[in-house]
Amino acid sequence: MEKFISLTDTAVPLEIENIDTDQIIPARFLKATDKEGFGENLFQDWRFDKAGNLNYEFNLNNKKFKGSILVAGNNFGCGSSREHAAWALKAYGFKVIVSSYFADIFKGNSLNNGLLPLQVSPEFLKKIFTAINTVPSEKLHVDLENQRVKIVSTGASEKFEIDPYKKNCMIKGYDDIDFLVSRKEAIQKFEEKTFQF
Amino acid sequence: MKKTLFDKIWDAHVVESIPAGPDILYIDKHLIHEVTSPQAFNELKERGISILRPKQIVATADHNTPTENQHLPIKDLLSRKQLRQLTKNCEDNNITLYGLGHPYNGIVHVMAPELGITQPGMTLVCGDSHTSTHGAFGTIAFGIGTSQVAQVFASQCLLVDKPKKLRVNVNGKLQNGVLPKDVILYIICKLGTNSGNGYFCEYAGNIFEEMTMEGRMTVCNMSIEMGARGGLIAPDETTFSYMEGKEFAPKGEDFEKIKRYWKTLKTEEGAKFDQEYYLDASDIEPMITYGTNPGMGIKLSDPIPISTGKSDEKALEYMGFKEGESLIDKPINYIFIGSCTNSRIEDFRTAASYIKGKQKAANVNALIVPGSRQVAEQIKAEGLQLIFEEAGFSLRQPGCSACLAMNDDKIPAGEYCVSTSNRNFEGRQGQGSRTLLASPLTAAATAIAGKIINFTQILN
Repeated sequence: MEKFISLTDTAVPLEIENIDTDQIIPARFLKATDKEGFGENLFQDWRFDKAGNLNYEFNLNNKKFKGSILVAGNNFGCGSSREHAAWALKAYGFKVIVSSYFADIFKGNSLNNGLLPLQVSPEFLKKIFTAINTVPSEKLHVDLENQRVKIVSTGASEKFEIDPYKKNCMIKGYDDIDFLVSRKEAIQKFEEKTFQF
Repeated sequence: MKKTLFDKIWDAHVVESIPAGPDILYIDKHLIHEVTSPQAFNELKERGISILRPKQIVATADHNTPTENQHLPIKDLLSRKQLRQLTKNCEDNNITLYGLGHPYNGIVHVMAPELGITQPGMTLVCGDSHTSTHGAFGTIAFGIGTSQVAQVFASQCLLVDKPKKLRVNVNGKLQNGVLPKDVILYIICKLGTNSGNGYFCEYAGNIFEEMTMEGRMTVCNMSIEMGARGGLIAPDETTFSYMEGKEFAPKGEDFEKIKRYWKTLKTEEGAKFDQEYYLDASDIEPMITYGTNPGMGIKLSDPIPISTGKSDEKALEYMGFKEGESLIDKPINYIFIGSCTNSRIEDFRTAASYIKGKQKAANVNALIVPGSRQVAEQIKAEGLQLIFEEAGFSLRQPGCSACLAMNDDKIPAGEYCVSTSNRNFEGRQGQGSRTLLASPLTAAATAIAGKIINFTQILN
């Protein structure tokens, strides 16, 4: 897994609540048997109109906004468990998603792919939206080591929470499979002493 | 400290707790299907790791499968390739697969319970968010991503933080025409689509105690739609008699022995929940959604509420509805009875009892998709097939079908569909489709009338 330590970049705002994984990557694109190519279908039905033309009202197509940070409304990634959503965001070029809440399964999927789900307070999220909407070239500084996110021009910042185990995995680029396989002996002992279905 | 049902099962499955980190949770049963497993098989192959416990994995084909001519090669090449990949992966790794055409084939959350694969007290996972369905048995069941599918393949365990505990109590008497689907839609609408965030939810109260296993599965299925990781209901005599004689359930002496254990699986008096709600059953009416998340629902007879922000406005614009208007008399051209929420025999019996002797309206395309081969057989055996066919409904072969429109069963852009599935997200049933979630009875009544009606007046 790719390491993540810190990042300073511009951001794309998506001021919509409850963005579900069906919007992030529609079900008709889930027929692949590998992880390639999902980026081009990210937010497909929002990025393109029915005739297949780019929808310039959607912020991912709006030339004003660019960057590897996506800032989204509350409860991002709800719905289906499809990890294809995290793969699509990553392949499109996002490294951090900022929201005031992430749906549980999406959050886990992101962390397992080195994509940082950064949860801020609703108040700070509002500040970020205001800052980017006012000056689209506004940068955010994300410091995973110290668990702080900062709006660069104003200096306004907030501490964010992350599971210490997961933080360590992100910083070092480790994933859960390596760790679980290393605990094989303990797992086998558990199987021996416990009732089995 | 007094333990909840959830605590009892979780604690019994913790291999180790990482200090200030997640638990290593042992997984008893792992269900897989064609869409979220191929990349996990690849991951293990690339790392040279073999599957630790293939006997604890069961596979089915459901998301991508056609609901017509299942005996013929699948037309869609990508779907065909994905299903072939599942077959190969299962063969290479010694995993039992109930593929297309097998008598046990069906939607993963329908076939596993009806075969007795799902059992009380288990931990069960699947790369599908509606895995919460299996909580109906008093099982800790939840959906996982593909990386986690690979983790369970490699270690039969997951690294997970123990969720907080929520209990939703519904007591009282249900009105005529109110089904389990209405109960769960009511809960989600009342508490909100984010109300379960970070929680595992136990459903308690006489309403759930009096429900059949099919009804309990419908309720637990939609726990994820309020953001909960899963939902569960304490096993009782209804559960035990459902389990008895099921293909993979313990038999004879073994059944009696395990039943004694299952009987201990309930929340102790005085156990603490992080959050608890009490709802009055008599307030529940047949429900229908008007927006683009399952929390945006109303009683059939109520008007659409006034929007409270941009997200509400966007949803109403997509649906082509206005705040304050009623849905009654809205013409509807599509209905779908199926999906892991409502495709069990009881759902079709209820729909058939309303439809019997009536004709669907000429404008309606009515799709009936059983959840499994076994349900399909039962529909025939009970004579329901005839009722559906005579009424002009299209009875198909089992699969996920128009719930997520990965196969040919799509609702055209701009069209409304009264659907018994679980998600009304934009484009969920096909690009531009507009979904109104409801119970099998509401869907059946809509099909007959050709528009949304308050059918309780007919029932009463």
